[in-house]
Amino acid sequence: MTEYIFILLSTILVNNFVLVQFLGLCPFMGVSGKLETAMGMSLATTFVLTLSSVCSYLVYTYLLTPFELAYLKTITFILVIAVMVQFTEMVVRKVSPVLYRVLGIFLPLITTNCAVLGVALLNLKKDNGFIDSLFYGFGAALGFSLVLILFAASRERINAADVPRPFKGSAIGMITAGLMSLAFMGFTGLVPN
Amino acid sequence: MSVLSAILILLALALVFGAVLGFAAIHFRVEEDPIVDQIDNLLPQTQCGQCGHPGCRPYAEAIANGEAINKCPPGGETTIHALADLLGRDFVPLDAEHGEEQAKTVAYIREDECIGCTKCIQACPVDAILGAAKLMHTVIVDECTGCDLCVEPCPVDCIEMVPLEKTAKDWYWQIPVVDMQDPQADIIATDRPKNATDKDEAA
Repeated sequence: MTEYIFILLSTILVNNFVLVQFLGLCPFMGVSGKLETAMGMSLATTFVLTLSSVCSYLVYTYLLTPFELAYLKTITFILVIAVMVQFTEMVVRKVSPVLYRVLGIFLPLITTNCAVLGVALLNLKKDNGFIDSLFYGFGAALGFSLVLILFAASRERINAADVPRPFKGSAIGMITAGLMSLAFMGFTGLVPN
Repeated sequence: MSVLSAILILLALALVFGAVLGFAAIHFRVEEDPIVDQIDNLLPQTQCGQCGHPGCRPYAEAIANGEAINKCPPGGETTIHALADLLGRDFVPLDAEHGEEQAKTVAYIREDECIGCTKCIQACPVDAILGAAKLMHTVIVDECTGCDLCVEPCPVDCIEMVPLEKTAKDWYWQIPVVDMQDPQADIIATDRPKNATDKDEAA
């Protein structure tokens, strides 16, 4: 049990995908303008990331390994992720039209979120089992959501602040992201591994 | 051999995924007519009901089912042109039965006379009137669509419609409109004989 808590802590704080491993930066900068959309994006990404982490593990272990096709893993994972995203979009559209309208264009964009592919590939690198993969993907998604929502909230504040003109807009966003990244570096060594 | 198995495996995977997506597309299909949304976007959203429908969206649905596109006085000719373009129908002048096109107006409450009965608040389809019982009401100009539904319920007749002045922001070029049914329309001389033969054939 402690093992899983360690995985969660490690992916959320210590090895945060966005601020420490620098994966999934595009949605991090692109969708963080408004808190509401950031929350929607976090929800969708959490769902897709967890599911695709597990699915790519299953496909790799039970399909690619027995046929010695490990070299096809990248293209297969991309296929798996694309299908997951498409499936999620259909389900969300049916189940919650409101959420669908909030997410809008961002839902298909998850396909190109490198954190999703990154999680699938890192699972292999770390030799994670089924449950490990599940927690690793979920933790990565939680970390992504946490950082995205924090960042969106601070950007909303920054918009109201008196920023010097050369730093207005994305520039101050980048600086904020850098400072947040520095802060997250402080978690190094909190968890073994 | 390994090439063959690679191709087969990927093919099988793609087939399974295709089947999943196909199943999802049927199982999670959302019934909605995209044309209704597009028509609704073109309508002015005054919710005034002058077209005979209880709002803009019902009228959009009716248009999608084949109703005439010229029943919207607040939208005027601009809206009819946009609808004609969208639906590939011919332009028809505004149906006078549903009202004349007027300059855009906003409601104005003469606040000294207002008794605070809240009747206009209940009538307003876009919640543009602010106020409480026995307190003075006022109109939020940016929200008011000028539908004049609030004028009639007012027991002391203190609401009037004030025309909005045209500014450089909302002025647009009037596209010259030619009524093809009108034989006097002779913007291009060569159009006239062709129209005449068309009419003869129709008759």
